[in-house]
Amino acid sequence: MSIRARFQLSYPGFSLDVDLDLPGSGVTALFGQSGCGKTTLLRCMAGLERGAGRLDVNGEAWQDDSRFVPTHQRPLGYVFQDARLFAHLDVARNLDYGRRRTASADSLRRDPIVDLLGLGPLLDRMPARLSGGEQQRVAIARALLTSPRLLLMDEPLASLDHARKQEFLPWLERLRDELDIPLIYVSHAPDEVARLADHIVVMEAGRAVAQGPLAETLARIDLPIKLGEDAGAVFAASVAERDAEWHLARVEFDGGELWVRDSGVPVGREVRVRVLARDVSIANSRHDDVSIMNLLPATVVAHAAEDHPSQVLVQLRVGSTLLLGRLTRRSAQRLDLAPGREVWVQIKAVALIG
Amino acid sequence: MLTPADLGAIWLTLKLAGVTTLLLLLIGTPIAWWLARTRSWWKGPVGAVVALPIVLPPTVLGFYLLLLMGPNGPVGRFTEWAGIGLLPFSFGGLVVASVFYSMPFVVQPIQNAFEAIGDGPLEAAATLRASPLDAFFSVAVPLARPGFLTATILGFAHTVGEFGVVLMIGGNIPDKTRVVSVLIYDHVEALEYAQAHVLAGGMVVFAFLVLLALYLLNPTGRKRR
Repeated sequence: MSIRARFQLSYPGFSLDVDLDLPGSGVTALFGQSGCGKTTLLRCMAGLERGAGRLDVNGEAWQDDSRFVPTHQRPLGYVFQDARLFAHLDVARNLDYGRRRTASADSLRRDPIVDLLGLGPLLDRMPARLSGGEQQRVAIARALLTSPRLLLMDEPLASLDHARKQEFLPWLERLRDELDIPLIYVSHAPDEVARLADHIVVMEAGRAVAQGPLAETLARIDLPIKLGEDAGAVFAASVAERDAEWHLARVEFDGGELWVRDSGVPVGREVRVRVLARDVSIANSRHDDVSIMNLLPATVVAHAAEDHPSQVLVQLRVGSTLLLGRLTRRSAQRLDLAPGREVWVQIKAVALIG
Repeated sequence: MLTPADLGAIWLTLKLAGVTTLLLLLIGTPIAWWLARTRSWWKGPVGAVVALPIVLPPTVLGFYLLLLMGPNGPVGRFTEWAGIGLLPFSFGGLVVASVFYSMPFVVQPIQNAFEAIGDGPLEAAATLRASPLDAFFSVAVPLARPGFLTATILGFAHTVGEFGVVLMIGGNIPDKTRVVSVLIYDHVEALEYAQAHVLAGGMVVFAFLVLLALYLLNPTGRKRR
């Protein structure tokens, strides 16, 4: 099960040249800055853009040297950045547009998807009377109702403000967890990627400059694009204990445990933890006289220069988990942080994401 | 107040405008779609030819159509060979001339409406399994509805108001080619001002109502949702 995509396409001032082998399930993020070609790549996969190359989706050839399956004959779902609901149809008719045109005999029933995305109360509204987040939910449901074998999303959160985004993200997580459709998700926002993706492709200037499982790739310090304030590690953990008195929760991961803010996640639940490099500091010995609760023994693996000459990014191993820490070059030299050195990491903030 | 001749002319005018508008919607829609979507070099020349009647004097258009459809013109030879006879000075000839004369008033509003829709909804339709033809009828046409309304009204009204082309191509045959605008001219020539007033006044009211309908259907400035 895999998605093989190879495309070459050039416009004046831009060229796309990628050769990717993506997992045939789970969420793959195409990540990069505006203009890096991630949307163009997604459009090539949908057949909306015609580049030279080939595309195989879990064993089916959608495009190769001799064949180009037109968009309307590809079993895909596409969610555009701007929803693109049909303005002349109400929500129910928008949802039925693709469903009615899907040939499969076991054509999906509408109700479960409507419930999954909470669209019941909106069915007889016109698109112009929906909020941005509601429009995107309808657009996603509309795409899902065609029983797609590949779901493509082009920054579905980009047009939403921060509050709408927070409201919308849980719907996407539910989708990821309840549906077994490979999802390719275009985004330039590291927090979205950290929260949703299992696999990541980092793009720059029309090329894929790094790709791999999310945790492994985000913890790399040799990424050709600098994430700056967003650099950090993401890894899996499970909630082990909740402390009612201090409103804290203890999560265990492969390498130790961390105390985090108790956000109501029940004990035993698998969670994703994100530790930003800027929230990690390093000491040569254990200090208990600081406010920081999370102290872990770690080994320095490597370091790399940051964009600003005063900063370095240090990769650390805690058990089998990799963390990133950002500190000044001067501190790194003073602490003599050569690879292999045993240190203590102090983690100021940990976020539970999804 | 209205003589049988007036009534005949009014009926003929409405029939001509109705048939012309219907034909133009059928012929003009594909042309408008092509003009709105194509990236071909031919877009400019074809668009200019469609728009010619806006700037040409009707007599020029009528003159060339007369030559084309006359016994020595290629179209005339064809229609005679096909057993239809000659088109000038017949209702059929008026229809052909009106179709050319009113073409830009039907094609341009539809073309503008198609252009305003853009690629977005059509791409969305394609990702929802709609073939291009399916997407045209289920998405493009309904979304372009205001354009079609404007095109219908303008095409009809412009045909009702034509004079020069009719005179060149159809002459002045009662109940065959004598439309209201020509009859008004006849009345004035014959100094029948009262008769002329009735028809001319009717035309003024008609034109006003048409334009009023247009403004009510397509309010500008404030966006209607």
